Amino acid sequence: MTNEELARRSTAVREYVVKMLAAAGAGHPGGSLSIVEILQVLYGEFMHVRPQEPHWPGRDRLILSKGHAAPALYATLMMHGFFPEEELWNLRKCGAMLQGVPDMNRTPGIDMSTGSLGQGLSAGNGMALGARLDHAGWRTYVICGDGEIEEGIIWEAAMTSAHFKLDNLTLIIDHNKLQLSGASEEVMNIMPIADKFRDFHWHTITINGHDFDEIRAALKEAGETKGMPTVIIAETIKGKGVDFMENKAAWHNKTLDAAETKKALEELEGES
Amino acid sequence: MTMSTRDAYGHVLETEIYKNPDVVVVDADIASSTRAEKFKNKAPERFFNVGISEQDLMGTAAGLAAVGKIPLAGSYALFTERGLEITRNSICLPNLNVKIIVSHGGLTIGSDGATHQAIEDIALMRSLPNLSVIVPSDAWETEEAVKAAVAHKGPVYIRLGKDAVPDIHPAGSTFQWGKGQILRDGIDVALIGTGRMTAAALSAADQLRQDGLEAMVINMPTIKPIDADLIEYAARKTGHIVTAEEGTVLGGLGSAVAETLVRRYPVRQEFIGVQDTFGESGSSEDLLKKYGLTAEDIAAAARRILA
Repeated sequence: MTNEELARRSTAVREYVVKMLAAAGAGHPGGSLSIVEILQVLYGEFMHVRPQEPHWPGRDRLILSKGHAAPALYATLMMHGFFPEEELWNLRKCGAMLQGVPDMNRTPGIDMSTGSLGQGLSAGNGMALGARLDHAGWRTYVICGDGEIEEGIIWEAAMTSAHFKLDNLTLIIDHNKLQLSGASEEVMNIMPIADKFRDFHWHTITINGHDFDEIRAALKEAGETKGMPTVIIAETIKGKGVDFMENKAAWHNKTLDAAETKKALEELEGES
Repeated sequence: MTMSTRDAYGHVLETEIYKNPDVVVVDADIASSTRAEKFKNKAPERFFNVGISEQDLMGTAAGLAAVGKIPLAGSYALFTERGLEITRNSICLPNLNVKIIVSHGGLTIGSDGATHQAIEDIALMRSLPNLSVIVPSDAWETEEAVKAAVAHKGPVYIRLGKDAVPDIHPAGSTFQWGKGQILRDGIDVALIGTGRMTAAALSAADQLRQDGLEAMVINMPTIKPIDADLIEYAARKTGHIVTAEEGTVLGGLGSAVAETLVRRYPVRQEFIGVQDTFGESGSSEDLLKKYGLTAEDIAAAARRILA
């Protein structure tokens, strides 16, 4: 896809996210908006999937370990044809296909149920080991939050990925630098992220997580890296694309009221 | 003959289970003790040791199951509890096909003491939706349960033990998912055991016969789904129930039986098990005696409710 097309899609996803959260009356706007470009490049150019055959065994897998960012993934999957647009407006409603966090048994295109932080990388390791056993070429992508790596299981799993030399696994860390109660560095200093993963025998790439060329180049490099797993540390802005939300921890899980929804959509529509 | 249920697990792994190409074993560096290493000897490429990390153990198994493998994952029962929330959210909630097979259940785990004694695992696991819970009583039942679990679609928890236990099943027995077996018929009281406690219940029935009491003895390998029809049958026939399990009486077999009785046919029940306390170091014989888990304790409980 051209960068213009990816930009157009990113804006559309952001509009959907704002509208979905307004309709749901709850959710996590900040961390949804920070991974939009990453998801557009993944699904636009890297993920081999068949929306009409969501359980196709040869597909690439994606685990949204930071499951609370589901609205961005749902909008992206919908735009790729996994399910109809009207499902978006039932987000978080009782009985809905789209749960507050990803559910692999309810939602076409979701490869792993997540939502409780930290669990996606272990599951990704299991998938990557399974692919290797089957001599299958598909890849596993895991997206974690930066605050999420405070979970101990992430480091158990990071050892496992490297120990088994899972070069068919790519971890993307959404380094938006904020978590529920404030700046990650102040809540629990996670820095330096890249050094930690290098010490764990991972290949590390640090990029601007909103720059399509850098995302594309990093995913390509990850695919070509042999003998070790790759982590892409994506420097991002929490709340990206909506001026009054950007870099504000309060928008981790704040609900938009009608005026805020209108303001956010006007800003996004101005971009498109 | 006698054999531990963990040894029976090792045996069925190396004689049958490894032949299924979809089966993989995930270990947290304890396979020599759980006997999962018997699988490694046969299919090393399908054996993964994730190191001493039980949360990662359960998460890795979830991922393998999500791509079509049948992972057998486990540690000691107690340490598997460390991965409980992963078991809940990454295995049971998505209903993934992971078989959690653990050894060293209960008090009789060697003499390491309370930190290693899983007394609450049955209660914890029984409370998780989608998860079946099985506690085999002898070597034969272990092998049948493991084979049935691999054939079953969905998550399963199988709790095995360290000590050698006697064979209690007559030749020609069959293992049926969710079904208990009447090992001995009787009209005065029904003794319902699981795991090694079924053998103790059989001994208790011998003791009760000396008092002129005929005890029915039921082996209940599957705590979930529980065999409610058999429990109701036993209650209607005998009017008195004693349950016996090597674990806390809060939430385990005894509770499952009581929940059934209260709904279907309330009768008096006694609960043999660990009475809401932690264990300690000691030989199996001493621990079973101290914590009230012997045949004598079961017989005494039966006499109490019959008095």
